[in-house]
Amino acid sequence: MLNVLKIWRNEKSREIIVQVIVLIIFGWFISWLAGNVSGNFERLGKDLSFEFLFIPAGYDINQYLISYNNRDSHLRAAIVGLLNTGLVAICGIVIATIFGLFLGVLRLSKNWLANRIAYWYVEFTRNVPILLHILLWHGIIINTLPHPKQAIDIFNVSYLTNRGFYIPKPIAEVGIELFYLFTVIAIIFAILFSRYSRKRQEKTGKQFPVFWINLMVIIVFPCMALAFNNFPISFSIPELRGFNFRGGLHLSPELIALTFALAIYTAAFIAEIVRAGILAIHKGQREAAESIGLKPDRVMNLVILPQARRVIIPPLTSQYLNLTKNSSLAIAIGYMDLVATLGGISLNQTGREMETMVLVLLIYLGISLSISSLMNWYNYRVKLVDK
Amino acid sequence: MKIKALLAASVAGVMFAGSVLAGTLDDVRARGKLNCIINTGLAGFAAPDDKGNWQGFDVDFCKAVAAAVLGDANKVSYTTATGKTRFTKLAAGEGEILSRNTTWTFSRDVDLAQTFIGVNYYDGQGFMVPKKLGVKSAKELDGASVCIQTGTTTELNLAEFFAGNNMKYNPVPIETNAEAQELYKAGRCDVYTTDASGLYATKMSFDNPAAHVVLPEIVSKEPLGPVVRHGDDQWADIVSWVLRAMMSAEEKGITSKNVKKLAAQDNKDKEINRLLGKDPLQGLSKLGLSADWAVNVISQVGNYAESFERNLYPLTIVRGMNALYKDGGLHYIPPIK
Repeated sequence: MLNVLKIWRNEKSREIIVQVIVLIIFGWFISWLAGNVSGNFERLGKDLSFEFLFIPAGYDINQYLISYNNRDSHLRAAIVGLLNTGLVAICGIVIATIFGLFLGVLRLSKNWLANRIAYWYVEFTRNVPILLHILLWHGIIINTLPHPKQAIDIFNVSYLTNRGFYIPKPIAEVGIELFYLFTVIAIIFAILFSRYSRKRQEKTGKQFPVFWINLMVIIVFPCMALAFNNFPISFSIPELRGFNFRGGLHLSPELIALTFALAIYTAAFIAEIVRAGILAIHKGQREAAESIGLKPDRVMNLVILPQARRVIIPPLTSQYLNLTKNSSLAIAIGYMDLVATLGGISLNQTGREMETMVLVLLIYLGISLSISSLMNWYNYRVKLVDK
Repeated sequence: MKIKALLAASVAGVMFAGSVLAGTLDDVRARGKLNCIINTGLAGFAAPDDKGNWQGFDVDFCKAVAAAVLGDANKVSYTTATGKTRFTKLAAGEGEILSRNTTWTFSRDVDLAQTFIGVNYYDGQGFMVPKKLGVKSAKELDGASVCIQTGTTTELNLAEFFAGNNMKYNPVPIETNAEAQELYKAGRCDVYTTDASGLYATKMSFDNPAAHVVLPEIVSKEPLGPVVRHGDDQWADIVSWVLRAMMSAEEKGITSKNVKKLAAQDNKDKEINRLLGKDPLQGLSKLGLSADWAVNVISQVGNYAESFERNLYPLTIVRGMNALYKDGGLHYIPPIK
């Protein structure tokens, strides 16, 4: 008895005991859940099987980034859906970040009008549920834009309709390989050049206009490759045939509405995060930077933002995760994302609720964990290094 | 002694656990209400009227079962389900019957562990387009945008029809009938496709039904019927014979008006006597039903024709395949013997 008390009083062993107990309870809970599920499955005469993934899906999907037809398997349909989720998430994150950064800085502006506009934008946008944003944008596109027969014509190559936007689609012809090669070379050059110029600046204090030189290289070099091979690119121009436009690149109203709604909603949160990050830097930093004669944009780029970044990135990660997960609301307007394919039509056609839902859950978990680890890696890179 | 008692208790426990499913009738009687899973809203089949009461062809069937089992057609509580959630809700026990224009297919019957108890409406998938498009046949729909209600057999039929005719289309999948209608009206799609009955129901709900036309092609077989869970044969029998009683009543000319009179007298047609409880119907006690079960159904809900005419005639749906066999339709009823 005394021994037991002794072990309990020792802080180290007590910690271990508590952790073991918690683990046991957790393990028991999980096994209870699993047992419950398998028991209920048995009672209903169902089994757990993933074979359905390999039978033909039988349904069509209106937007596919990899080739797909209704004879392909449920697995391929799920991948098509996953890529559609990825497309919306990536476009949404890029637009939301640029827009949010801009708004956040605007919000701190001394210009009264700019400041107020940003303020009202943030307050209005983030206090309306995301689902309404999605439905609103979708409603605007399908109710205000004209029918394909009366499409809004932009230079006879692009068309805006209530069935979506049709734009020319570049098609690579023979000889495009040189263009790809030169693009890669230009990017490698740009990376090496900016490294070199940084080192040179540290040594000699002299600067190159790195940004402009790199921009020139990345634009001019690949264009030279194109010119050299007599421009091996043709464009597929959309044209009205029958009910709809054919050819070109079709951006469906669902894709546009979802991307914009997610971006605009999330941008409001990002704006606040950016503002908080900038305000978190003590004003002494700004004053010190100004007192040594730095211009305002240099103060922002060299002193404030590098420090603000450390404050901004962790909550920004959460916003990226939110945007990605919110994209599953696509189902409300019929955008065929992962939830609509695997967790929707496949579920329905096969009746495998448990299996499809577990898969959808694991895939979202996987996406979220990869975004977090990417952001954590970036956070680690920019964090304060003690010298 | 103690061990014996314990054993007995555990055996009883196991037996009880095994018989949970088998007692659907007892559950319903103990509760005093039938739980019925119906459509979220489809005019003619299941839609709330202006007083908020559910009305429709599928709703009538729930009422008929309640009348047979509980003696009162109003003792039903309704749960709505979308195309996607209906089977899960039935499997989870949220209702004893799924009466929601559900197509009988092999995999739904076998793989999803449920029992289709018969066909109460022979349907088929069709297409509706605005009249001003000038389309006369579904084979002219190459390149069209098609609104589909997702979670149904519709998606597969559509894919097969278009692939079979070498046509392309742009599917716009929508969760419920109401949302799909909105998109169709806004011109997001050229075509709306679902079961023909649903198309007529949808068309009638438009401001100007005459501006839309249902194309002649029916591209699939959609035998719709009520569904129950696997594993309780007594309950499945009750539900299926309620449906047959309604159809038999039509065949024998028994209506809600004359049923009381016919039940009181001795009829020449002995099948009427057996159906209405005048003569004994062998095996009825095994279903746990009282002798006046069919009288309750017919007097409170009506026969098959009455339910059809009340709910579906306003949608301009004709009997067609859904007439009795003797009138050239497909409904052929096993004899009540």
